[in-house]
Amino acid sequence: MSTLVVIVCYLCLLLALGFYSSRLFRGTSKDYFVASHSIGPFLLLMSVFGTTMTAFALVGSTGKSFERGIGTYGLMASISGLVHAAVFFLIGIRLWAFGKRYGYVTQIQFFRARFESDGLGYLLFPILVLLVVPYLLIGIIGAGKTIEPVTAGAFPTIFTDPSIPAWNGGVPPWLTGLVVCVVVLAYVFMGGSRGAAYANTFQTIVFMFMGLVAFVYIVKALGGIDNAANVAARITEDGKVVQDFRFDKKAGALAKNEPPKPIGRLLEPDQAKELMNVQPHFIRTPIDVEFKKKNPKTGKVSAFERELGIPFLTFLTYLFIPLSVGMFPHLFQHWLTAKSAKAFRLTVIAHPLCIMVVWVPCVLIGAWASGLLPPGIPPPAVLSAMLKLLVGDPILTGLLTAGVLAAIMSSLDSQFLCMGTIFTNDIVLHRTGKEKYSDKQIIFIARAFIVGIVVLTYVLAMLAKDANVFDLAIWCFSGFAALFPIVVAALYWKRATKEGAYAGIIAAMAVWFYYFRLSGYGGEYVVGPGIVPAAICFAASAVALVAVSLATKPPSKETLDKFFPEST
Amino acid sequence: MSTTESSSGKILVWGMFLLMFILHQDKWWWNDGTLVLGFLPVGLAFHAAFSLGCALLGWTAIKFAWPHDLEAFAETETTVSEKVEGSS
Repeated sequence: MSTLVVIVCYLCLLLALGFYSSRLFRGTSKDYFVASHSIGPFLLLMSVFGTTMTAFALVGSTGKSFERGIGTYGLMASISGLVHAAVFFLIGIRLWAFGKRYGYVTQIQFFRARFESDGLGYLLFPILVLLVVPYLLIGIIGAGKTIEPVTAGAFPTIFTDPSIPAWNGGVPPWLTGLVVCVVVLAYVFMGGSRGAAYANTFQTIVFMFMGLVAFVYIVKALGGIDNAANVAARITEDGKVVQDFRFDKKAGALAKNEPPKPIGRLLEPDQAKELMNVQPHFIRTPIDVEFKKKNPKTGKVSAFERELGIPFLTFLTYLFIPLSVGMFPHLFQHWLTAKSAKAFRLTVIAHPLCIMVVWVPCVLIGAWASGLLPPGIPPPAVLSAMLKLLVGDPILTGLLTAGVLAAIMSSLDSQFLCMGTIFTNDIVLHRTGKEKYSDKQIIFIARAFIVGIVVLTYVLAMLAKDANVFDLAIWCFSGFAALFPIVVAALYWKRATKEGAYAGIIAAMAVWFYYFRLSGYGGEYVVGPGIVPAAICFAASAVALVAVSLATKPPSKETLDKFFPEST
Repeated sequence: MSTTESSSGKILVWGMFLLMFILHQDKWWWNDGTLVLGFLPVGLAFHAAFSLGCALLGWTAIKFAWPHDLEAFAETETTVSEKVEGSS
């Protein structure tokens, strides 16, 4: 119960912050959509970082490391540090400059002007919405999955239909999703992009700090930093994967398993000699292991295979996925809130450091968890399970859970706001003209659309509540990454044409949908020896864009003068 | 900053970016589970240091390849006809 009280207090604090930021709202649509270009370096860093880090940052990184080991950091975090910072520098500042100069508040306005095409906006709008919606689902489903286990037992007579029997009495995902949607909606509704920037800053500080607190407590429970590394699962000389330790809850300390507890075996026993005493979660060479898991509802034990480590081609081609930030419509909107180009400087330098501060502890916790938790535990539940097993204190668990919610909500707010912004500006105002509506009416339209999107997302999240949110996230990122050649060509290639942009978008989405279908609509999927689909979608988009652009009439001189000011 | 300084700055930054990309593949430590400082697997320690390198690269880009011309362009007043229809 104490855990729940802490979480509720956190949500109330967030609402209070939303109310405070609404007092700073200037009442204009420009302030609602892009905070009147008034956001300084620190708020920009926190809001951009908070937006790009979803539930993935704390929960996903720990779960992925539990599955595949420390290679998770290089696969997703360090490459993001390099690629995100480069995208902010090369794409973000340039788009901000055009937005500031020509008054754009959405990506679509920029693309329509650069490619001299209204229709391009109507093609992009549904694509952006369809790609953002799964991203929103990740947050709502992730929040539900996080809260239910940590509140288990709080309301045993009210919530009697848990996802698994052990979580009886926990707050069900439908209620968590509803509360998260209402809280985020409230502060976005009141404060617009300024409210989102303030809330993001607060929440980013909370989840970064709470991640570190979780790490410190887990290290303490594992007997100190030097002992923690001994806990990870190990391979024996006869090819078994074993856990050398268990956590004795009564004693509040680690105890040695005598003999070590087998949890799996190598699928290729010939590797046993070479891998003897290796902790497979500390290396990255792929190793196939057969584990056993017990169905929590039926108690039936079954075997499953898991590849530890990361294939080289997957590691190499994963770099395409962080390119998605260049096409996130919500990030575009955050960029446009910047007071000046100089406001980007802190983000370019500190973004990789913020990633490091959050991801290194989580990846370590995931690798250590391999030696303490049953291998069949769902990866998104690893962080919660480690906290429950090793820390146990309900107040601390509540604070750490608030940190996870902070990471989730700091992305949801920007995404909801951006949906309202692009609908209002790219569909309603674009068709009717701005003069038809007062500023108050424009804000009303945006808010109404945001409410509609929140309701739709909530319903979809409830329908897809058992989906693997992290695989879904990768598909969403892949879709945006596939569109990346369009924004690069728009900014840096004069010869890019309207027809080329259409071809690039259609090719990207066709190839993306082809692989999405092959994956079973959202499962983990690689092509051939380990190539991620994002790489192929990106290539298809780039080839189509270049080939069709070269075969069609170049843009007008007026457009080129407008978007390539250096050469005029 | 002169044009020559700016182009050599850009070459430096792109060179560093390429180097970082190559270093990111660190195939040489894929099979090594040695612990650095007693708790950090060397593969993870390397990538944590890589993140510090990314921050340094960001600083270098700002110092030597900052788009001053673009900054000035953005701050220039626009004519009404240049503004997007329906923009705020």
